[in-house]
Amino acid sequence: MHDPILAVSGLEAFYGDFRALQGISLEVGENEIVAIIGANGAGKSTFLKCVAGLLANAPGSILFRGEAVGALSADKITARGIALVPEGRRLFSSLSVEENLVIGGQLGRAGRWSLKRIYELFPVLAQRRDLPATSLSGGQQQMVAIGRALMSNPDFIMFDEISLGLAPVVIKDIYAILPAVISEGTSALIVEQDISRALGIADRFICFQEGRVSLAGKPGEHDRAAISAAYFGM
Amino acid sequence: MEWINAIVQGVLLGGLYAMFATGLSLIFGVMRLVNIAHGDLIVLAAYLGLVVLEVTGPLNPLATLALVVPVMALIGYVLQRGIFNFTLGKDILPPLLVSFGLSIILQNSLLEIFTADSRRLTAGALEVASFPMVEGVDIGVLPLMMFLTAMGVIALLQFVFYRTAMGRAFRATSDDPEVARMMGLNNRHVFALAMALSMAVVAVAGIFLAMRTNFDPASGPARLIFGFEAVIIGGLGNLWGTLAGGVVVGVAQTVGAQINPGWQQLAGHVVFLIVLAVRPRGLFPRIL
Repeated sequence: MHDPILAVSGLEAFYGDFRALQGISLEVGENEIVAIIGANGAGKSTFLKCVAGLLANAPGSILFRGEAVGALSADKITARGIALVPEGRRLFSSLSVEENLVIGGQLGRAGRWSLKRIYELFPVLAQRRDLPATSLSGGQQQMVAIGRALMSNPDFIMFDEISLGLAPVVIKDIYAILPAVISEGTSALIVEQDISRALGIADRFICFQEGRVSLAGKPGEHDRAAISAAYFGM
Repeated sequence: MEWINAIVQGVLLGGLYAMFATGLSLIFGVMRLVNIAHGDLIVLAAYLGLVVLEVTGPLNPLATLALVVPVMALIGYVLQRGIFNFTLGKDILPPLLVSFGLSIILQNSLLEIFTADSRRLTAGALEVASFPMVEGVDIGVLPLMMFLTAMGVIALLQFVFYRTAMGRAFRATSDDPEVARMMGLNNRHVFALAMALSMAVVAVAGIFLAMRTNFDPASGPARLIFGFEAVIIGGLGNLWGTLAGGVVVGVAQTVGAQINPGWQQLAGHVVFLIVLAVRPRGLFPRIL
């Protein structure tokens, strides 16, 4: 990991008086897939929101390609090439499937993803392009959420709990397609409660506990007991 | 035949009420803002038309729309970015109070500038022009124009909402402002555009109001009530429903006046209360 695309140092986040992130430092390399694991309330989603520009940060606490992006607004972050597939999908319910995808691409970053490519990746969405996005099944909605993020042609994509609330067979399908989604030239952060899923696809993992990094390494580098201790804090 | 006439006139009157209401409906749909100053902004548009006519000399009042519509749209944009955007949040009370305050400021400013004299925009022969539909039922050209304009305005808004990038931005921002921001939609700007669009409709409504009846600085709140009633009867956030709501209020008023001239306004309010009691979500609930 010589050239980190994302470098976070000493990141803090607050909800009122509650300190959700207590100085997180981590790096993600070019073409690397990193999984963030941790229990509920460990600060995983908060971390992704900080990087996506949905929460305000100190400018220098987040470097993207060496540039300080911590204080940029969410639209500017997207324009720089960072995309988030948010927890719970959060599709626009009064927009059709196609409108949801088009709106994801309206910042107009050039790149390999287009409406046509998304429909090739998820043929079922092409058939249902004119339906309200939230009338689709959970798995198909997740495809729309992923497609919407890809439409901005990100170099760095973050997935927040994409398996949440989906049937195991659907989760398997979604994870089967992820390597195609995170194709060449894209780095990814995956937040997941399902540790084995996350470790199965990631090059590295980072475990959060109460807003701090409690363990980091490659899958298989640590035994279950160590991960479990870092996860639950026991 | 008198009754059919009352109903026909009520339907046409409903067009004007629908125009009062669509602007309200639109901004409530996009940003959950209840604009108490809406009626006063209609009256402001009427006075703007008056000022334009005083400068240009005698002209068909409808010609003033060329200037009043863009000016009102600009006022809407500035109003939203300068004031209303700061009041929006989880609590719906602050925007309500601020627009209430704006209503008082507008009424008093208009009173200060234009005095309490009631005014109207004269449209010459157009005001009294009519043609017979059937024996005993005459259609006024001006009321018919108002109704067709209301339909045109709603069709246009419907097109903007469902067929353009701006409409997509309105709906997306209304659904989830946070995610919309990630998609490059600046919600302050999007809300301001919605208010500008609402005020453009207000401009049309204001000029038609001024051609139809006398107005004075205190006329606003009554227009607001009619607009509110049309929106609620039609169903919040449904634009064609709003036209139906306007027609219901209009017909109730003219039929009420037919029974007893003193019952015109009362009948409209009573029908509104009945709809509110029987179908609290309106006749055609939200599809926006």
